[in-house]
Amino acid sequence: MAKKRYIQAINDALFEEMERDPKVILFGEDVELAIMGDTRGLLAKFGRDRIRNTPICEATLTGMAVGAAAAGYRVILHLMFSNFIYTGFDAIANQMGKLRLMTGGQLKLPITVLCGYGGGRSTAAQHSDTPYPVLMNVGGIHVLTPSNAADAKGLLKQAIRGDNPSFFMEASGRGGEMAEVPDGDHLVPFGSAAILREGKDATVVAIGHMVKFALEAADQLAKQGVAVELVDPRTLVPLDEAAIIRSVQKTGHLVVVDEARDRCSAASQIAAVIADKAFGALKGPIKRVTVPNVAMPYAAIAERRLLPNPTSIAEAVTTALAA
Amino acid sequence: MTTRRNNSGPTDGQLLGMYERMLLIRRIEERLRDDSATGKLPGAVHLYIGQEACGVGVCAHLEETDWVTSTHRGHGHFLAKGGEPKAMMAEIWAKRTGVCKGMGGSMHVADLSKGILGANGIVGGGLAIAAGAAFAAKLDGNGRIAVCFFGDGASNQGVFMETMNVATLWRLPLIFMCENNQFSEFTPSKEVTAGEIADRARAFMPATVVDGNDVIAVWRAAADAVDRARSGEGPTFIEAKTYRIRGHIEAEPMMLGGGKYRDDVEIQEWTKKCPIARLRAHLLETRTAPAAALDDIEASIHGIVTDAAAYAEAGEPADPELGFDLMFAGARA
Ligand SMILES: Cc1ncc(C[n+]2csc(CCOP(=O)(O)OP(=O)(O)O)c2C)c(N)n1
Repeated sequence: MAKKRYIQAINDALFEEMERDPKVILFGEDVELAIMGDTRGLLAKFGRDRIRNTPICEATLTGMAVGAAAAGYRVILHLMFSNFIYTGFDAIANQMGKLRLMTGGQLKLPITVLCGYGGGRSTAAQHSDTPYPVLMNVGGIHVLTPSNAADAKGLLKQAIRGDNPSFFMEASGRGGEMAEVPDGDHLVPFGSAAILREGKDATVVAIGHMVKFALEAADQLAKQGVAVELVDPRTLVPLDEAAIIRSVQKTGHLVVVDEARDRCSAASQIAAVIADKAFGALKGPIKRVTVPNVAMPYAAIAERRLLPNPTSIAEAVTTALAA
Repeated sequence: MTTRRNNSGPTDGQLLGMYERMLLIRRIEERLRDDSATGKLPGAVHLYIGQEACGVGVCAHLEETDWVTSTHRGHGHFLAKGGEPKAMMAEIWAKRTGVCKGMGGSMHVADLSKGILGANGIVGGGLAIAAGAAFAAKLDGNGRIAVCFFGDGASNQGVFMETMNVATLWRLPLIFMCENNQFSEFTPSKEVTAGEIADRARAFMPATVVDGNDVIAVWRAAADAVDRARSGEGPTFIEAKTYRIRGHIEAEPMMLGGGKYRDDVEIQEWTKKCPIARLRAHLLETRTAPAAALDDIEASIHGIVTDAAAYAEAGEPADPELGFDLMFAGARA
């Protein structure tokens, strides 16, 4: 075990997988000098055939990822900010997510797309979205939301070795955070939630960036004698439904914390799954702590009004228990 | 364009006006640079220093009712098109007195009352928007035109070609103003841009390449383009060759972590080609204005910048509830 920054864990995973398999290639805008920090040093080690700066042309980059993967490469595409998923969305939704089915399973698309998501840094509405709900709805695409350095490394390595398109959502505000990362070839399987804290009173499912706030909320609640069970799904597609159901069967209460806008959020999906499959276990209403259906404003004070925080999470748990 | 349609101008008055406007942009941005360095500004700023002649040389021809779209590097276009320094500063300070009430910030300064459809955080995002505004103007037959400012980097987005195609077919009153500052973030343009950008445009419309650090050259190229647009002849492309003096973003050194993508000597060379110093020398040489008059302009701009910064700093923070009222017209989110 060694303590690593989140961004360093991603960098380590990229180095290890590119070293392990010469078919792994990486491209994107400004990946050579590493505008996000995560691709730093790769060029010197692997050369321009395997890591390369591209023009600004997301619609083409997502399409090229599909073509290169179909032709035998393991592609890592860096999209920088997750808002640029939208400029590259056609090949994601119409090609990447569907081509395997349309060709009767003739091809595999080992593609890993990296991008930073989330608000809280005054980057305004076009650089702060949390767009994984749209990806979840495309079908045929894995959605990964690592909340700490260890999961970042393990999920990324798993994604690069996998045979399906995966979106690796980097929590933009978490890059500098340190956590223990297991030594050696650390892999995290998809669809396997982590129980970060055990508790008997209420289940809190927190996604990606929100896990840290949920942990703080759990600490606050512990002081009031409320024992929260904190579940980090780690991947949204596939979703470890069984782990969430098991936890709700134990606690009888569910609060889901998600940085996406409320309408059709990942939290909505998780709430629906539990209402559908574990209704009998519920002792009260499901609560969602999400971002209101508002674009992220520039001013920090207005961003704070929208983003979940430890207090709003703790309040939601208290409300759920009181109802 | 091979032959110039407009051989007269700019007049002395126009030159002085452009000098003043370029200097205003420069001094405002120097203030933003300093306030960013001391951590006073909440978000990122992308500075236009060195490119002022591009925005000013074009906007000198525009009416308040004409439209412009801009980029993430948009302060210069905003001010060149007549945006208020105070309102822009307050926006960048995230105050409710800001031109977008603190909701947009540096990358999104917009003032519809001045025809400024907005800076844009999506590279290439302004191209089609400007074409839409030009289409509306054509339908209205009101003589308005639209200018799309964009970078060399944006010219690699597919929407550039798509917009040129429709603008040409529909003879839209549109000007494509490409400011080639030689970089896309940390990538030299030549590594990601094949051929000459102007050659791409030539497939569709008259295209001209000018020295973007020479405001007179920009003004003249824009005079022709505006003339064509206003007389219903359709779109024109201008590529202004210039240079980005500051980093892509003010936090650049931290982001680079010691990495380098250009030479310090190159930056120094281009700093010497400052479009404002160049115009000043021209004004003095041609005796258009005495040094004292230019110093007076400098002094009055100093006052405007100081006032704008004080106004921004004193403003009330943005309203955290406002977002809910702004998502829809006439309905709360
Ligand atoms: C669609 C999209 N892709 C990528 C980015 C990230 N980005 C911001 S500015 C920039 C470079 C733009 O270069 P250019 O168009 O030449 O403008 P300049 O910064 O030189 O003024 C990039 C890649 C973005 N904002 N939007």
